[in-house]
Amino acid sequence: MKPIKTLAGPAAALPFANVDTDQIIPARFMSRSRADGYGDQCFHDMRFDQDGAARAGFPLNALPEGPTVLVADDNFGCGSSREAAVYALLDYGVSAVIAPSFADIFRSNSGKNGLLTIALPPATVQALLAKLAEAPGTPAQVDLPAQRVTIGNEAFDFEIDPRLKHRLENGLDDLSATLQDADQIEAFEASYFGARPWIRPRKAG
Amino acid sequence: MTASQTGPQTDTQIGPRTAIAKIWDRHRVLTQDGSDLLYIDRHYLHEGSHHAFARLRETGRELRHPELTFGVADHYAPSSPLRATETTATMIDRLKRNASDFGIDSFGIGDPRRGIVHVAMPEQGLTLPGVTVVCGDSHTATHGAFGAFAFGIGASEVAHVMATQTLWQKPVPVMRIRVTGRLPAGTTSKDLALAIIWKIGTGGATGHAVEYDGEAIAALSMEERMTLCNMTIEMGARSGFVPPDETTFDWLKGRPMAPAGAEWDAAVAEWRELTADPGAVYDREVDLDAAEVAPMVTWGTSPEQVAPVDGAIPADANGDSLGYMGLEAGAPITGITVDRAFIGSCTNGRLSDLKAAAAVLAGRSLAVPLLVSPGSDDVARQAEELGIADIFRAAGAEWGASGCSLCVGMNGDLVASGERCASTSNRNFRGRQGPGARTHLMSPQMVAAAAVTGRISDARALLAEETKA
Repeated sequence: MKPIKTLAGPAAALPFANVDTDQIIPARFMSRSRADGYGDQCFHDMRFDQDGAARAGFPLNALPEGPTVLVADDNFGCGSSREAAVYALLDYGVSAVIAPSFADIFRSNSGKNGLLTIALPPATVQALLAKLAEAPGTPAQVDLPAQRVTIGNEAFDFEIDPRLKHRLENGLDDLSATLQDADQIEAFEASYFGARPWIRPRKAG
Repeated sequence: MTASQTGPQTDTQIGPRTAIAKIWDRHRVLTQDGSDLLYIDRHYLHEGSHHAFARLRETGRELRHPELTFGVADHYAPSSPLRATETTATMIDRLKRNASDFGIDSFGIGDPRRGIVHVAMPEQGLTLPGVTVVCGDSHTATHGAFGAFAFGIGASEVAHVMATQTLWQKPVPVMRIRVTGRLPAGTTSKDLALAIIWKIGTGGATGHAVEYDGEAIAALSMEERMTLCNMTIEMGARSGFVPPDETTFDWLKGRPMAPAGAEWDAAVAEWRELTADPGAVYDREVDLDAAEVAPMVTWGTSPEQVAPVDGAIPADANGDSLGYMGLEAGAPITGITVDRAFIGSCTNGRLSDLKAAAAVLAGRSLAVPLLVSPGSDDVARQAEELGIADIFRAAGAEWGASGCSLCVGMNGDLVASGERCASTSNRNFRGRQGPGARTHLMSPQMVAAAAVTGRISDARALLAEETKA
């Protein structure tokens, strides 16, 4: 994962609540390998009609490509646990999503892949959605060390889990870090299974 | 980074705990910067796990505990060989190869243990009270029905569990949903789940682990508990949990991979402690009277867009959702015409679900096509033995093979664009059952009622006719 310090690019609004991961990437596309890229599939059925033509009414179609900062309404990323939703957003060009709230699994998947999920108060998000509906593509910057996002001439501070911030700023992979704690996992297992041998499934047959 | 501390806290250091806190504490390997490294007892895989296997191969890492890891072909398993495609075959084969390369017991096509992961794994006695269960599928919440702490994860976390048998988790807020009274006749735990979502919304439990409590919950069968915990993710919760009791132990005893003999006794003794302590403090509490629950039907594109069957679409209903669904605000739920029907999925594909639908179908014939996909090969076998499969066939339904089928639109089963489907599945999202498909979620008997009348109908009325005759 690439270290993240600052991000800059256009911001755009997706003024919907409960954007589920089936909308972000429909299930029929998910057999693809990660290396083949998911950008063309992001919001596929919202972006394109059944003949493959761009839908005029879809807000993000006002931009030539995916926005760097996407602003959406409540409960973004709900539904299926598919991490492909995060791959699709990243490959489409989105580096940060701002919403009043995020679905749990989506938020976790985002953190593992370097997609920033920034929760801001509902009233702030409503104001941003209105502003970006008027001016899609307004320049935005994210300063991760300062925990600040700027959209146009307005700046907002945001909260982030310190462990996640450290990993993102340093481009650290969770898994490599955990493997350094292998001794502690081993010690845990010895006492845990020692007291509860029945936790291990019986061999069938 | 701050220093790590190891080991779970002992009971004497802390006050009364929720049931989830008890399981959490027992599985804490270490703590770092406010996050806990939790030990994972069961890791379930399906065809979608290919991203994680690829990551393991790229980095040359080993799978730490193949004996705690189980696979099953479900998402891409075709319900009919006629609808199999190159993709379904490739995905099923890829899982088989990955499982074999990493030494995992995986239930492939033809294995009598195969079924939807959230049906098949409990059937084998793999899901137990007090264990931590993860799977790269949001409906992993289902396993909380057994008093497990079970939640869905993404591909990166799947790879993390494969390599370390652990996961980093921020301490989770716990929400209690207490359901008093008893569910009225003709209503199910699917209706209860939809009624809760109606009350609190699809974001109503976001980030929380839900603990169910109350006499209505204790009265539920294991199958009903699984349906309820399954739908808990649709409230935004991370997990659902029902305190284990005699219903749980009776259901598990004698299952092929569940503990046996002296180990069974030791396990049950520990499981009896998996209830919340008196005075345990919850981050949020919701109370509901089961007696107020009616058969519920979704009218929109989110599970919170739902109403009782004798109700109407709200006057202020979201216009985008109504446009997609081709419905009008204020219209009654009863009488909405449907083009097809589906019974199955990890929500409602178990034997009791098929029995409930068959009670409506018996002696009637279909007005619209009905596809039935049993939750597992074992469910299918029992349904054949009990003559339930024959009731479906006699009514004119297609009796398909087990799998995720029409719940997920990736295995060849699809609803055509613009068509309206009465479905026992869990998500009425746009395009979930196929591009342009319109989904109405409801219980198995309500789907059966829609299938024989061609419109959304109160199953209780049809069942009452039966009694009179």
